[in-house]
Amino acid sequence: MEVDQLQRTFHDYHASLFNEGFLDEQFVQLQQLQDESNPGFVVEVVSLFFEDSERLLNDLSKALDQVNVDFRKIDAHVHQLKGSSSSIGAQRVRNACIAFRNFCDERNIEACLQCLQQVRQEYLLVKTKLEALLRLEQQIVAAGGASPM
Amino acid sequence: MSGIVTETQFHVLAVDDSLIDRKLIERLLKTSSYQVTAVDSGVKALEYLGLLDDEDTSTDSNPVSFTKNHHEVEVNLIITDYCMPGITGYDLLRKIKESTSLKDIPVVIMSSENVPSRINSCLEQGAEEFFLKPVRQSDVNKLRPHLMRTSGKREEDHQPNNVVNKRKPMEECMSPDRTRTRYNDDLEL
Repeated sequence: MEVDQLQRTFHDYHASLFNEGFLDEQFVQLQQLQDESNPGFVVEVVSLFFEDSERLLNDLSKALDQVNVDFRKIDAHVHQLKGSSSSIGAQRVRNACIAFRNFCDERNIEACLQCLQQVRQEYLLVKTKLEALLRLEQQIVAAGGASPM
Repeated sequence: MSGIVTETQFHVLAVDDSLIDRKLIERLLKTSSYQVTAVDSGVKALEYLGLLDDEDTSTDSNPVSFTKNHHEVEVNLIITDYCMPGITGYDLLRKIKESTSLKDIPVVIMSSENVPSRINSCLEQGAEEFFLKPVRQSDVNKLRPHLMRTSGKREEDHQPNNVVNKRKPMEECMSPDRTRTRYNDDLEL
């Protein structure tokens, strides 16, 4: 594929992620921190986010599965996930976490289970999209273009 | 400024239990040409600063730890997360301000929660700034004046170090989310 065409695809896809609310301004901040001296910064931080999120989602699943649910622990996990999603600009994940925390306060297990599902869904969505975006970046660089990040 | 041949790099100690946030703050600080040491807890920060075993009187180093004698470690600014397991950023701030050798080091607090009482307590305790997370380049740009002010000649105490230590109980870290207004834009220091 021609570099120009790839660049255009990237640009459009990138824009759509913002328009659809998957990403917010913070992601742009991340991009601005990437440069020739730190060409892998976005990939690095996004990868950390994936690892972190998967760990937290597992922990949340287990915590909600307990006979005696520890809501403080759950809240702590969600707080962490909210923080990391906020730090990379994963807006919809962050918003799902905010809703989750409200139900933690109410100690409502059913609602928490639904929230967890919601958060997981949003996470998987943004993960797919970010992976696609990063793949496009890779393709551009491999084809000799400058990283559009 | 007198004719300094080389530009001395300011050294910032960053404290945050989140790996992602540590990466972020480190990168932000490095783009501003600061030298950065990042640790993942308040305890490690205290160890690094040499405050852990004994306030200021320890002359022999703890053989077990990697505690550095604080006279060897030159830190020009400390930026710490508020909510951390173990000791909070507020506790860290207090310990630093209570230390005769370290109280003049500017401390900045970061938090994902916009809680006015928390912000006020930190400022009253001597924090220079309070940044809402996620921290941005524009926030980091605000650090320079604090670093410049404490470099070179020490001026008279510009901050109220003799503030009565308000030992009111700190509210929990996990407090309800508020609207994300950018508090520090309104901050006048």
